[in-house]
Amino acid sequence: MTESAILVEQLHKSFGPVEALRGIDLAVPRGTVLGVLGPNGAGKTTAVRILTTLLRPDRGRAVIEGLDVVRRAAEVRKIIGLAGQSAAIQDELTGRENLEFVGRLYHLPRDRCRRRAADLLARFELVDAGDRAAKTYSGGMARRLDLAASLVAEPAVLFLDEPTTGLDPRSRIGMWSLIRDLVAGGTTLLLTTQYLDEADELADQIVVIDHGRVIASGTSDQLKDQVGGDVLEFTVADPARRIRAAALVSALSDHDPQVDEASGLISLRIGRRGSDALVEAVRILDQEQIEVQGLATHRPSLDDVFMSLTGHSAEDLAEAR
Amino acid sequence: MTERLKWAVIDSWTMTRRNLTLWVRVPAYIMFTVIQPLMFMLLFRYVFGGAIPIKVKGGYVNYLVPGVIGQTCAFTSFNTALALAQEIKKGSIDRLRSMPMARSAVLVGRLGADLVRLTVTIGVLIGTGYLVGFRFENGAGPAVLMILLALAIGLALACVSAFTGLAIKDEESVQAFGLIWVFPFTFVSAAFVSIASMPGWLQAFANNQPLSIFIEALRALALGGPLAQHLWQSAAWLVGILVVFGSLAARAYRRV
Repeated sequence: MTESAILVEQLHKSFGPVEALRGIDLAVPRGTVLGVLGPNGAGKTTAVRILTTLLRPDRGRAVIEGLDVVRRAAEVRKIIGLAGQSAAIQDELTGRENLEFVGRLYHLPRDRCRRRAADLLARFELVDAGDRAAKTYSGGMARRLDLAASLVAEPAVLFLDEPTTGLDPRSRIGMWSLIRDLVAGGTTLLLTTQYLDEADELADQIVVIDHGRVIASGTSDQLKDQVGGDVLEFTVADPARRIRAAALVSALSDHDPQVDEASGLISLRIGRRGSDALVEAVRILDQEQIEVQGLATHRPSLDDVFMSLTGHSAEDLAEAR
Repeated sequence: MTERLKWAVIDSWTMTRRNLTLWVRVPAYIMFTVIQPLMFMLLFRYVFGGAIPIKVKGGYVNYLVPGVIGQTCAFTSFNTALALAQEIKKGSIDRLRSMPMARSAVLVGRLGADLVRLTVTIGVLIGTGYLVGFRFENGAGPAVLMILLALAIGLALACVSAFTGLAIKDEESVQAFGLIWVFPFTFVSAAFVSIASMPGWLQAFANNQPLSIFIEALRALALGGPLAQHLWQSAAWLVGILVVFGSLAARAYRRV
């Protein structure tokens, strides 16, 4: 149990008739990143609010670094940081004032607040903007300041609630690299996101939440294997040789190849055999001198995973709610 | 326990300072809290005042200034609800409460800042009042007491407002609701005109509603005249409002 920085058992929470969480279990080893993936309304934010002591669970238990979030909430607050979609940022204060203000509320001595603020502004490339009102910041800068604010007291466990929602692609990639640096420094991170590529990019372990339940969990690779792993794809332009080509490669896998007659595309799930299967395919197709184009393997995206688990793509669900 | 109390005070002060900094930096807020009450005072002093027949020592301006101060206590309380609703919407209350600060400091710091703001507004009103002919007629002690009573009224009404802000949460609804109760209570009162000039059915409300009672007490302190009854009635209302709405606000805050 002490191995886990975050441990959650059978967490339930309802708001009136709406069951937001219906028995969530999580375990996040110290120093790792858990990506909590799910569409809007899946229960991600409710889980984060319980873990950050803002909400009491109806049933179940949540423990941060050995401290129960309900019974020892005051101690939990000292070791966690929370950053999220919009923010603790006050637009009328400067970046520096915002950080120093947070430091005061974490009860850091005044000179330490100043030093931390200066350090964080430098680290998050906000030095030039540090003494400007936060309302003049771009979306990406505001998010960086928000993230910086959550780090003022050097929390052991950090919660990021959809840290890149609404950011442009360039700012997203900037945030990702900042988050990666943080984790390299040993911080345990729980990250919620609706973006599959974000979880893929940042998380060691991923749990997929839908309707208040964990519907799948594992590493990004494990989740992808659940939908049949890698896919081998190639196109045979000559319709006469297409069936023969499909028959030849079917020996590489337990799955049956799919043939798209219109485009001539043949695809085959090959589990985790990856490059092995690719080399073998080249060899056997070449033996019979079948001409192919675009022979390659690719990993399924997390979107494929979400689709196969829920029957909807994550974006579709998010829009429907 | 004393350690906890110490930090509660420090955190509340930190929040008060933060709220005041925000206030000073938004010109529209200053406009709302200083210029608006001044406009009311000057409007009634120079535009409507001549048509309002009131016989008090020093003329209508002496009657008016304590009335405008009472009205201002109610108007300023608006901001408490608005600011809290904004913070809920932004999610900043969540962020603050995930920190190891005293939980009460968000609410106390809000009320503290709004009280400082009210003090400034009252100062400006009295200062400008002096320029346009207002005088305290009852000595320095009661004058100071009048200011303190005004602040107590401001605090009580800010508690009402805090409760509405925390319970309703939505900014526009908070604003609409605020207007619905503030306008009748401030204008159907003894703030600007003699209640005796109103129709009988309205007098019953105007005479007995708390803002009239508060304003009569402020006036008696500023100008002299019978005081005791106004004062104890005011005290009773204040204690009642503070207890009821103070605890309602605290409860609503815990549930946000």
